[in-house]
Amino acid sequence: MPNPARAWREYPQRYRLEAEKCTKCGYIAFPPRLVCPQCGNRKFAKTKLAESGKLLTFTIIRVPPEPFEDQAPYAVGIAELADGVKLTAQVVDCDFAGLKVGMPVRLEFRKLYEEGEAGVIYYGYKFVPE
Amino acid sequence: MRDVAVIGIGMTKWGELWTKSLRTIFVESALLALDDAGVDKIDSMVVGCMSSGLFVGQEHLTSLLSDYLGKNPVPAARVESACSSGGLALRQGFIEVASGMSDVVLVGGVEKMTDVTGCEATFALGTAADQEYEGFHGLTFPGLYAMMAVAHMHKYGTTREQLALVAVKNHDNGSKNPLAQYPFKVTVEGVLQSVLVADPLRILDCSPITDGAAAVVLCPADMAKKMKKPVVRITGCGQATDTIALSSRKDLAWIESTHIAGQKALSMAGRKIGDIDLFEVHDCFTIAEIMITEALGIVEKGRGGKAVEEGLTSLKGKFPVNPSGGLKAKGHPVGATGVAQAVEVVKQLRGEAAERQIKGAKRGLTQNMGGTGGSSVVHVFEAE
Ligand SMILES: [Zn+2]
Repeated sequence: MPNPARAWREYPQRYRLEAEKCTKCGYIAFPPRLVCPQCGNRKFAKTKLAESGKLLTFTIIRVPPEPFEDQAPYAVGIAELADGVKLTAQVVDCDFAGLKVGMPVRLEFRKLYEEGEAGVIYYGYKFVPE
Repeated sequence: MRDVAVIGIGMTKWGELWTKSLRTIFVESALLALDDAGVDKIDSMVVGCMSSGLFVGQEHLTSLLSDYLGKNPVPAARVESACSSGGLALRQGFIEVASGMSDVVLVGGVEKMTDVTGCEATFALGTAADQEYEGFHGLTFPGLYAMMAVAHMHKYGTTREQLALVAVKNHDNGSKNPLAQYPFKVTVEGVLQSVLVADPLRILDCSPITDGAAAVVLCPADMAKKMKKPVVRITGCGQATDTIALSSRKDLAWIESTHIAGQKALSMAGRKIGDIDLFEVHDCFTIAEIMITEALGIVEKGRGGKAVEEGLTSLKGKFPVNPSGGLKAKGHPVGATGVAQAVEVVKQLRGEAAERQIKGAKRGLTQNMGGTGGSSVVHVFEAE
């Protein structure tokens, strides 16, 4: 069982959608970084992700990795949020056949998976069609 | 920088090699390469391997493999760049010979993938993606490439049938390669009826889980000439990296690292893409080959699907891609793939590719890729 520190280290991003904005060029880093990949600046100010956006691409996972075995088939997509940030998450509460590139989605806080009976229960964000 | 030549190549039959261990499959290929080169003494060795730790619970390959090859105390290095570990090993070997640091360098690649369950292998391969922000959400490698396929189909109108045609072509080529894991042909209907893995990709769009190794021997071109061996020089070498997460890319339907690595390698060789007679590229999934032909400039952006349909990339086409059968039919022991691509190109340039020989081939190019394109390595080879 991995050390739970690996899970709680990511809580600010996964639970509260905390991101950091480059003070020089405005690039939004999610997850936070130490160096801006756009301008090289090392100073950031805290910000929060936009909670809605549009789906850029998606797939339906039929052969899942172990922790997700009881969830398959499930949809995963990449969305571009209103603030320009692009991120990956599951797409839930949807009809697979209705998934389309460009469809509006919003982020919701959900359970992802659990590490067996005594391990960490992982939570984070998922996309829900608007 | 000195000119570098490949003087020996070695590869054994790939597949699910239940009776053979990692060390055995590596040494078998390495010995073939040394015998082919006619050398016994090497100055150094470089091995590409993605994840022996997760696949067989064994690290420290520098010691293990030099030991079992009977070459201690020769210096050895292992390099890792996910599925492009083999290509990167070749690059490091090339740099070592070109710089004058070493004369004879053995470059190998190896992966032993069937000692773990399918689930564990999926996990090990998944470590090539961003574990915290892709794997965490239940994404797999077929899933990542499926999302690239959806983006490409949406942007350019690439069709499901065009993806299938990549598998059909590469299995046709692979059926002529006795070392391939799956040397049989498949049909478009067969691909379209195979089981879904991650929509729209089906199992016959995916490269398999494979045990395998490959090796080449490098030395300065001047030394190679004196040895009266068929000389194939490495004239171009390029590598580039990109973001680990697919979501961070500007264009989900484009592989920038391959584009940059290809440009660098061609420019070092002083060649244009049209000068190349054959290509061995990283078709880990059918969509990958389509996107790579675009990134290398074999065809324009968005034309990759059409190119397969028109036969441009078939064995008898203007730009034959993956005459060996590619990762799709030959197999994909991740760390070995990049070195095996070099083995095939050298075979072709020496005119030793038998049934799948491309007539009069003088120049070949290999493209090896890690993850979803987070790293790419390209080499250009030329016959004397
Ligand atoms: Zn910046």
